[in-house]
Amino acid sequence: MKESSTTQKKRVHSMTKIDLLQLLLRGRVFLALVIVTVVFALLSPGFLRVANIIIISKHVAINALLGIGMTFVILSGGIDLSVGSIVGLSAMIAGGLIKEGIQLPIFGVIVFPHIWMVIILTLIVGILMGAINGLVITRFKVAPFIATLGMLYVARGLAGLRNNGYTFSNLIGKPEYGNTGFEQLGAGCFLGIDYSICIMIIFAVVAYFVTMRLPFGRHVYAIGGNRRTAELSGVQVNRCETIVYMISGLCAAMVGLIIASQLVAAHPATGTGFELTAIAAVVLGGTSLMGGRGSIFGTVIGAFVIGVLVDGLVVLGFSTFLQNIIKGTVIVAAVVVDQVQLRMQERIRLQKQELNL
Amino acid sequence: MGKSVLKNNSINEDADMILRTENVTKLFPGTVALDLVNYKIYRGKINVLVGENGAGKSTLMKILVGNEKCTKGKVILEGKEINLSSPQDAMNYGISIIYQELDLCPNLSIAENIFLGSEIVNRGVIDKKKQHELAQKLLQRLEQKIDPNTLVSELRVGAQQIVTIAKALSQDARILVMDEPTSALSTSEVERLFRVIYELKEHGITVIYISHKLDEVLHIGDYITVLRDGHLVAEDAVKNINMQWVIEKMIGRKLDRLFVSKKHKIGKVLLHVEDLTLPSVGGGYSVNHVSFKINEGEILGIYGLKGAGRSELLECLIGSNVLATGKIWLEGREINGNIQNRIQSGLALVPEDRQRDGLVLTMSVANNIILASLKRLLNRLGLFIESKKEKKAVNNLIKELSIKVTDPNSIVDSLSGGNQQKVVVAKSLLTDPKVLMLDEPTRGIDVGAKHEVFEIMQKLATQGYGIIFVSSELKEILAMSDRILVMSKGVITGKFTKDTATEAQLVNASVDENGIKNGVKHK
Repeated sequence: MKESSTTQKKRVHSMTKIDLLQLLLRGRVFLALVIVTVVFALLSPGFLRVANIIIISKHVAINALLGIGMTFVILSGGIDLSVGSIVGLSAMIAGGLIKEGIQLPIFGVIVFPHIWMVIILTLIVGILMGAINGLVITRFKVAPFIATLGMLYVARGLAGLRNNGYTFSNLIGKPEYGNTGFEQLGAGCFLGIDYSICIMIIFAVVAYFVTMRLPFGRHVYAIGGNRRTAELSGVQVNRCETIVYMISGLCAAMVGLIIASQLVAAHPATGTGFELTAIAAVVLGGTSLMGGRGSIFGTVIGAFVIGVLVDGLVVLGFSTFLQNIIKGTVIVAAVVVDQVQLRMQERIRLQKQELNL
Repeated sequence: MGKSVLKNNSINEDADMILRTENVTKLFPGTVALDLVNYKIYRGKINVLVGENGAGKSTLMKILVGNEKCTKGKVILEGKEINLSSPQDAMNYGISIIYQELDLCPNLSIAENIFLGSEIVNRGVIDKKKQHELAQKLLQRLEQKIDPNTLVSELRVGAQQIVTIAKALSQDARILVMDEPTSALSTSEVERLFRVIYELKEHGITVIYISHKLDEVLHIGDYITVLRDGHLVAEDAVKNINMQWVIEKMIGRKLDRLFVSKKHKIGKVLLHVEDLTLPSVGGGYSVNHVSFKINEGEILGIYGLKGAGRSELLECLIGSNVLATGKIWLEGREINGNIQNRIQSGLALVPEDRQRDGLVLTMSVANNIILASLKRLLNRLGLFIESKKEKKAVNNLIKELSIKVTDPNSIVDSLSGGNQQKVVVAKSLLTDPKVLMLDEPTRGIDVGAKHEVFEIMQKLATQGYGIIFVSSELKEILAMSDRILVMSKGVITGKFTKDTATEAQLVNASVDENGIKNGVKHK
């Protein structure tokens, strides 16, 4: 009797140890963020200065915004390769609206919209591009990879076409046209925090709320987890999927606006390759590329891990080549840990069951 | 010693055993699939394995062919313990399996399929001629006159089965496992398969034969083993036993205790279906002008063989098939439109394959339950889901259906089959349906859970729900239904009431291919 009770205790003890390990694995993105931050703080004094943190956050905001849109797409079981190009296109659209206005030859006038109008029109273009992605995917049953790959080229081509490959520079507007103030989006701040960071926070909070509390959010998870079940449960799968790509397009357009404003210029190659960093942030944040599993919160933290890592390596004077190698390794390692955790969860479940037998 | 023969007819302990398992146990999340199973397989014999769905047959076979590792226990071949960590290992020991869903590549030829993974190479290049020759020889041995260059996609199921057997033989299989080999075959194809099996036996090959069709099993088997709920409950030589014995062992409890029968009042017409039709891809109809009615508080059983069009009928009703035509009235109001509309109107479906169609395995129990009724759980402004409402709804259903789960937020995948099924039922009930359609609701769940599902059905019927209950199990249909429709090839070929139906009648109607001509068609 005594013996059995001690073994019981031992088992219970080992269980708690496993539980702790599980907790660490589950919070691994956060853990990774803490580790990289601490390492860089030790290696380079001043890394944790407020000014530096704000600079890093500004860099992160770009990727996090794209990542938030991408999380919706990946949760639903898709992928969006076109976001980088949509960033470029939106930058060019915004630049064109400020520089050239809207030409209406019929009336022989050129309308220069207010900056807030420019922002809204640009966002609408982003949403439209996403809608086209969504429609091609849902109506014509094209694989998301292919559909958005096509859009990657088309949107980039349109971005170039907008000004024949030239940059729209000096986007400060003209007081006589009433369209000044675009640079504020990139340079201004609210309570000492840059607008871009504020926007990231707002997007993240709204997206978190949408995924957790809106029927649409649950539907996205369900579609990624099991499309057929979602369909048979009355979820309007096609509509949801289309919206998901529209959200991604919206986020990309927002990023295009922020970058154009920060540079006070719009270049057609803006955002090249951004889609991959966004996917990396999503994956690093624990979202499964198979769909159905993951969170907005994870993606934001994932974007921070990449941001801190990149900026930290720059501060320490690592070459871009080494930066790339480290970035790549971290991303793959994150997925390896993900798989290990899943397998461990399974095993623990079985062990618990065995104990109950 | 090995040759000594006992005088009585019970299994000779010294008989020549080629393969056996010792205390094999397999745990899956939420269930014990196999519990201390000592399975014996006799050399050069046809060893049949029977058991209800979820009894553990497939799991046991997966362990024998290296597809699954057992949690505990040993596999012993010719007296020596062997370690099977992959199908390749098992093949090296001469153990091959032919799965129910044939694992052939339809885009490759017969010869390429036979030698897939063990291609005959000549200096690194596939020797097509030799493969062709050997494939031809194998096919001849199996009495098939097919060109080995034929694409597998062009073959009928029966011929595809022969190809998988040829594939196993090409790998020098000594032990051949056949999992439900006849489920998709026509009568003549079954006969041919049996001839092939006898021929294999004559060549000294040991066959393990899994089937649901008990008459088949008794016809072809030498030894029989019965599994129930993961336990090996009986084994004997087939000549010593009869059908009654097998059924008793398989079900393991008196039938009348499994089923739940309660008087419930049958009310006015609830659902009226007129001329429901679904054309099938290969011409003809999957659902052929079907009409029926169902009343409040009535359990309508639909019986038929696989492919009779029962699941398709339910799909038409729920609106997941856009090609369907026909009219449906629920409480006198015509229903049409997409799935969402129909669910809102009061139809709910519990699909046949709960893992594929019924559940989102990556989501929690709670999220699965509310998936189809999120709109009901919105706050007053109709904007977001109110967690209080969500929790209340989920907890109520968990209690009402006695779903065994410690935390509603745990992943649904960790539940046992029976509890998963109850989650799907809970999801359907939360949409507040008037007619609940259950497609094979007892498939792959243990006897206790079956009993509970039947209890739930009865309870719902007394509450006035109309219930459509599709099942392939005769006993279930007969015991649970107030009325029974039998389908065959998309047509209703028989209509019975609880008191008039017999097993024989149902079976006869289910193989009736000319229901209309025989004048049994509704109206």
